[in-house]
Amino acid sequence: MLENFNKAFESKARLGIMSVLMVNDYLSFNALKSLLNLTDGNLATHLRALEESTYIKVEKQFIGRKPNTTYAATPHGRTAFDEHLATLERFIKKSEPITSE
Amino acid sequence: MASSDEPLQTLSEIRDLMQRSSKFLSLSGLSGISAGVVALVGAAVAYLRLNTHTFDYDSANILTEPTRRELYQFMLVNGACVLLAALVFGIFFTVRKARKSGHSVWNDTSKRLLVSLFVPLATGGLFCIALFLQKLVWICFPATLIFYGLALLNGSKYTHRDVEYLGLSEIALGLFSLFFPGYNLLIWALGFGVLHLIYGTLMYLKYDKNA
Repeated sequence: MLENFNKAFESKARLGIMSVLMVNDYLSFNALKSLLNLTDGNLATHLRALEESTYIKVEKQFIGRKPNTTYAATPHGRTAFDEHLATLERFIKKSEPITSE
Repeated sequence: MASSDEPLQTLSEIRDLMQRSSKFLSLSGLSGISAGVVALVGAAVAYLRLNTHTFDYDSANILTEPTRRELYQFMLVNGACVLLAALVFGIFFTVRKARKSGHSVWNDTSKRLLVSLFVPLATGGLFCIALFLQKLVWICFPATLIFYGLALLNGSKYTHRDVEYLGLSEIALGLFSLFFPGYNLLIWALGFGVLHLIYGTLMYLKYDKNA
């Protein structure tokens, strides 16, 4: 059962990053930071890990002279996240004792 | 007990994150209520001044040119005051709600909401100014309702679902008003006043009271 658990989404921060990127086309570093309440270093580490597993893609642009980095979920990342959610769901259903009401 | 609650806690936090990151939820019900009150006051002032609840083509034509121009000016000023007051109160209550819950007001979602509201609203505004210049003043009332409704419908995907129904109601009222020009001012008051009051109160009870 547990072998299907995706290690990339193990930490709450990464699960959070992936979740908000599923419902937004793209988000900036600062938007992610204020949403998730993470420090710069911490967020950057998690983002790099997700980028390395090609679950998110990074785009660096300039708005005027200010650098602006945005993050978006890749199709591969979306599939992986969906599968992870499905695994979680199955896990919860199995472990839940039948206690309707 | 605490250990078994933790995954659930994480899940609800993540659900909250997904909602908060894609929708601007600080929109206050009080903003709607205040807009409704302001619109009703504006409509009442117009009613007292015009001494009628209709403003159709015929009734505009029996007026002499100076009185008509004066009336048009009065309506422009009245409309602008209503819009301004509604915006000021609306922004005030929404900023207050965001501060209270510790969320930012100026973020990606609020920007997206504003842009999606702005395009239909600006189109409607210019459209009505053109109507005004063409002396088709009576169509302005339904037109403001219709374009406002379209703006809400467009913006609703970035905020509470209720806004979508408010938008659809405004469009319906605006279209109705086009076919029954005799009830112009009355329907306008219904759309901007009463509907805002109803939806504002509903949203206040649903989202703000316990927040």
